[in-house]
Amino acid sequence: MLSRTADHLFWMARYMERAENTARMLDVNYQMSLLPQSEEAAERGWRGLLSINEISGDFARRYREVSPRTVIEYMVNDAANGSSIRSCLMAARENARAVRGTLTTEVWETQNQTWLEFQRLIGDGAFQKSPGEAFEWVKFRSHLSRGVTVGTMLQDEAFHFLRIGSFLERADNTARLLDVKFHSVPHDLFGNGAGPIGARIRNGIAAVTGGDGLQSQSQSQESGNKDVEFDFYHWSAVLRSVSGFEVYRKVYRNVIRPERVAELLILRPDMPRSLAACMHEVVSNLHRVANEQSKDTLRLAGRLCADLQYGRIDEILATGLHAYLTQFLERVNALGTGISRDFLVPVSP
Amino acid sequence: MRPAFDEMLDTSGAVREHYGGYDRWLKEQPPQVMQTRRDEAEVIFRRVGITFAVYGAKDDGGANGGTERLIPFDLIPRVIPAHEWREIERGLRQRVTALNRFVHDVYHGQEILKAGVVPADQVLGNAQYRAEMQGVAVAGDIYSHIAGIDIVRAANPDGSGSYYVLEDNLRVPSGVSYMLENRKMMMRLFPELFGRHRVAPVAHYPDLLLETLRSVAPAAVNDPTVVVLTPGMYNSAYFEHAFLAQQMGIELVEGQDLYVRDNFVYMRTTQGPKRVDVIYRRVDDDFLDPRAFRADSTLGCAGLLAAYRAGNVTLANAIGTGVADDKSIYPYVPKMIDFYLGEKPILNNVPTYVCRDPDDLGHVLEHLGELVVKEVHGAGGYGMLVGPAATADEIERFRGALKADPSRYIAQPTLALSTCPTFVESGIAPRHIDLRPFVLSGKTVQMVPGGLTRVALKEGSLVVNSSQGGGTKDTWILEA
Repeated sequence: MLSRTADHLFWMARYMERAENTARMLDVNYQMSLLPQSEEAAERGWRGLLSINEISGDFARRYREVSPRTVIEYMVNDAANGSSIRSCLMAARENARAVRGTLTTEVWETQNQTWLEFQRLIGDGAFQKSPGEAFEWVKFRSHLSRGVTVGTMLQDEAFHFLRIGSFLERADNTARLLDVKFHSVPHDLFGNGAGPIGARIRNGIAAVTGGDGLQSQSQSQESGNKDVEFDFYHWSAVLRSVSGFEVYRKVYRNVIRPERVAELLILRPDMPRSLAACMHEVVSNLHRVANEQSKDTLRLAGRLCADLQYGRIDEILATGLHAYLTQFLERVNALGTGISRDFLVPVSP
Repeated sequence: MRPAFDEMLDTSGAVREHYGGYDRWLKEQPPQVMQTRRDEAEVIFRRVGITFAVYGAKDDGGANGGTERLIPFDLIPRVIPAHEWREIERGLRQRVTALNRFVHDVYHGQEILKAGVVPADQVLGNAQYRAEMQGVAVAGDIYSHIAGIDIVRAANPDGSGSYYVLEDNLRVPSGVSYMLENRKMMMRLFPELFGRHRVAPVAHYPDLLLETLRSVAPAAVNDPTVVVLTPGMYNSAYFEHAFLAQQMGIELVEGQDLYVRDNFVYMRTTQGPKRVDVIYRRVDDDFLDPRAFRADSTLGCAGLLAAYRAGNVTLANAIGTGVADDKSIYPYVPKMIDFYLGEKPILNNVPTYVCRDPDDLGHVLEHLGELVVKEVHGAGGYGMLVGPAATADEIERFRGALKADPSRYIAQPTLALSTCPTFVESGIAPRHIDLRPFVLSGKTVQMVPGGLTRVALKEGSLVVNSSQGGGTKDTWILEA
């Protein structure tokens, strides 16, 4: 297949996935904002969302205050914001249009229809009037886009590059989400510049033996009920943002604890939005398109996958989650560069 | 100017036989049906993304309709009885065969110029003449593999109608995707109509096209790799390029995807370089190869002409076919048919005044108000004067231009293009139409029945071009 075509497919899938993840994060923040909470906590939530996408600076230059209205406007419909849902859906559609002949009619029409309907929703003010419903719409358009791909496309190279795009982007997004959400709680598991709380948690974790689950920490006894409540809503929101709330219950049958949330979203191979599951998909699709020059990239991907497959959450938390995720994002980024070099934008002969 | 020939009604106002079935069906329909169906069609066209770009308009990414527009689609089919089509088809076969012979002759022995049938300076001094093609052997001696021949019907004094060829398009004719999509749309909107009529199918066009392209691959190639070359997604006909590539199951490439090494053309793929044997190019001559033609072109591929001249790749259409479809050459096509085939033309030419001829120019200047004056290199309905519809100012402007550079113009009597009932704001009313059949030349000459019918939606307008507010209709070749 043409390298340029593969490039468009890869980015079409990435942008669609990004639109979905942006909608997911906005939705969770919006749902959180409906709960009684301090203004400070609410604002922290919206700020966190901007920092996930590394666009706090751009936002601050263009908007005067951080409020649900401004952040939603910026993240949904701001054409100047490359991460906005608008920008992502348009880029996905433009990439699809550039290779519409490679897609099945259904896949192309889904992309095109999504873009047309999005403009209608914007025209109706749907994202401000009923944000929850509108975010749900974005999610479902993304589900549809993936589903129609799996359901109609020949499983040739085009298909594999679409899949690689989806899962590489999802791995990146889940890692960012984790990084920010663990950063935004007072007692974090970050490990960098760890104060007494961090140290305590680390010690607690270190005492836990590996296996199929983590022991519940005794921390809740030390904390007030308010914290317990906050913890529950904070972590359940994180889980919901990756459709992981029900999954968590099913897997752990236990109260929601941050370290288990981390384990689920990093290491569980059967959790479809975990880093392990995403990297597994990237590697298996990458193998299907391997060419003469892609050995190094495949090795990079394989090693990253193996690290997740054989990793343990206590070890990860011992190094510090932030350091771990930062390194993960760097490796995903390097992998993206490798894929681009080997397949999508080959150097001229 | 005579009243236009009405495709549906005869001069007494009675419905013509081949429209009888449709007329009966239409009368059975409740009044709001057409409006509902039209809205439905518009939604589908948008969703499918059957759009074309308008040049010169600012792009807002399609956000508000933007530069991606729909070509208006009219719901009422243009019906041609099968016996008429058979005659048209014979005529097209003859005409395109002669035109291909002509281009081959121009770039080889130039017998027709030596015989003085077509003035040599008119050909060799033509902006579309490509000296680079002189003596180059092309596969099967075919130059215009895909030809779009514009045909109109005008009324005779006795009220009958005659078909005329208005224009030959031998370079990169477009519109065939609309022919195919219009049929799909009609079958979707009005399935019951197709149950009641024996409409000749057209959906096999991509198959014929692929067969044609494969048949003109360089001789040494067994299983040729065929690609469509597009200027890219911002080109006005991008939808069609993507559509045809998809329908044929071949790659849609841009210039940047190709490169030439040792006079062979390759495309860059995820699995390394792949040889390309036949290029159905939808890029104009000028932009094909920055090394040979316009150096600033980023749409082509450096070295393509050299590879082509070496016989290692086939371009469809060939370079230099414009020398045969230029409006200044058009008046000589009937003579070409006689010269190469020894036959009488089956399809009429519109009588044409060649303004470089002083006698013709004199006549044109005296009758500007009655004639259509066209720039010989113009296309898309630009640079033309429709005398009867023009203001005094416009006529005077053209008079000046004509005197200053007569050889740039030809003139023809204003033909009242035939009309076809069309669903417009005020209801169903006659609008002027033309017809563009697509003729494929490879090992054999083939075409699907019918073509693209274009319709001038503005009342009284004779300009059917989509860039100027024209629409399209489904075209039915109807077996009795």
